[in-house]
Amino acid sequence: MKTGSKKIHIQYFALMREERGLSTESYETEATDAQQLYDELNKKHGFSLTSDRLRVSINDKFEHWNHAINENDRIVFIPPVAGG
Amino acid sequence: MFTISDTSIDADDLRRQFANDRAGAFVTFEGWVRNHNEGKDVLTLEYEAYEQLCLNEAEAILHEAKQRFSILDATCVHRTGALAIGEMAVWVGVSAAHRGAAFDACRYIIDEIKLRLPIWKKETYVNGSSGWVNCQNCASHSSNHSHDQSAKIRKGDAAAPVHQVGSK
Repeated sequence: MKTGSKKIHIQYFALMREERGLSTESYETEATDAQQLYDELNKKHGFSLTSDRLRVSINDKFEHWNHAINENDRIVFIPPVAGG
Repeated sequence: MFTISDTSIDADDLRRQFANDRAGAFVTFEGWVRNHNEGKDVLTLEYEAYEQLCLNEAEAILHEAKQRFSILDATCVHRTGALAIGEMAVWVGVSAAHRGAAFDACRYIIDEIKLRLPIWKKETYVNGSSGWVNCQNCASHSSNHSHDQSAKIRKGDAAAPVHQVGSK
């Protein structure tokens, strides 16, 4: 493992799940915050939603995009919701 | 209390749990699956939820309702999985000593649930197409035209609730 790199767990739902083609993955990254992580993944996978249309959850809690990413965090990118 | 259910919501059973001699009012909201959305005929739909974040966020919403309004109890149940037209997708119940607080709190809860809970709806239409509501119509707009379309729909602070278009 490189310095500054950490292993995190990403969970995908709805449109994000369909576009990624899986529900969960463990991922190693040097991204320091959620925004960097999404930009990195978006470059690899070409998601249709830009981050200004998403929210981000870290360890089952909504967080800001500049929230730090730490080893073993559970990250979910939340597409526009449609409950109710 | 908030729960997610992958089977039919039993409103009678939920109602019975509210029995309280101090309650003078009981207000409920039921969200049903309708057969059309934004001009298209809906055949079936499916809800998907990020359960743990839903539970955390919904408990916060119910707590806020109890702080803002003079109510006795509040419960919400949301469905996941495949639903047919006419089926109940969400149920909210609020009891209070007086009706004003019960109406206000019920309205507050369903509005916040729609805005804040990580629940997604995929509709399949009579014409054979399908899509994630609030995601794909907007996504195709922004790729076909410009990003202005999505900017109109989603503005503001990253951790703030996503503004929704369309409602029940």
